[in-house]
Amino acid sequence: MKALAFVATLVTGAILLYGTMDFPAWGDPQAPAATHLSNYYIENAVAETHVPNLVTAVLGDYRGYDTMFETVVIYCAGLAVVSVLRRKKT
Amino acid sequence: MIWLIDELTLLLVVICALAAITVKDLLSATVIFGVYSFLMCLLWAEMGAVDVAFTEATVGAGVSTVLFIAAILHTSRRSKD
Amino acid sequence: MKLLQERTAKLKLGESLIIQTAVRIMVPFIQLFGLYVIVHGHYSPGGGFQGGVILGASFVALALAFDQKFSMQLMSERVNGVLGNLGALIFVGTAVLCALFGGLFLDYSALDKLIPLGPIGWRSFGIFIIEVGVGLAVMSIMVSLFWDIGSNGEMDEGL
Repeated sequence: MKALAFVATLVTGAILLYGTMDFPAWGDPQAPAATHLSNYYIENAVAETHVPNLVTAVLGDYRGYDTMFETVVIYCAGLAVVSVLRRKKT
Repeated sequence: MIWLIDELTLLLVVICALAAITVKDLLSATVIFGVYSFLMCLLWAEMGAVDVAFTEATVGAGVSTVLFIAAILHTSRRSKD
Repeated sequence: MKLLQERTAKLKLGESLIIQTAVRIMVPFIQLFGLYVIVHGHYSPGGGFQGGVILGASFVALALAFDQKFSMQLMSERVNGVLGNLGALIFVGTAVLCALFGGLFLDYSALDKLIPLGPIGWRSFGIFIIEVGVGLAVMSIMVSLFWDIGSNGEMDEGL
């Protein structure tokens, strides 16, 4: 059974590695991710938001929904842990 | 030269990941997982993603290690399989 | 196999003078660094999430080195809950306030009608408000996660 699981893991890893062969090279300026939106952010983010750190500008302003629901997810995790584990001392 | 550091870090990451799932002692697995997180943090910082490296160092190596130890304290220390 | 907690209960682990003194000296600087990471997120790597985790880790270090009671004297459970809810409320409340003042949801430049700072100034200041909210929420949740898991939900002795 363990050998079967090992073979399944190897096959999955090989398929995933085969899938990465279609990825653009690291730091490729012609990659699809670097040709559409990145140019707009790099050129306009400082003028539009006055935030020199582009990561903060994207996280806080352009992608505000992402950050908001990330906070909501963490809040829900905290609520779940408190409501499951917290109990009064008997 | 930077590729040499990169490949060495990646090799150590794979070794740490294999060690964390094979070791029997759960506390040792937690500590090895912390080392894994720090190596990933080094890898992110080397690739230029300093924010991700910061998050990995604080959450992955700092708080999650403590939470794992707090959870292990309420169970037995040795894993069954 | 006995629980790890029962086996280490007699050893008085963590009651070390060196660790207690080091943590007592280090904790104000850790909190100062956490505030710096939150506030200085506009100019350097960091932001609300990382700074909040650092602020929470200072209380976790206090609870580890001393006792859980000691860290709960410095920030009680009620204050912790209020801070966490307030942080999430700041984020969502700012977004809703933007929508109420005639802009889009999360479009901070609409808040210019409330206090005139200019639309660009408000987009910069809105990011700051949101970072503070995220920091408060994350700090409170990290601390309450550690308190609940470490003390098995009873909040008395802890790790």
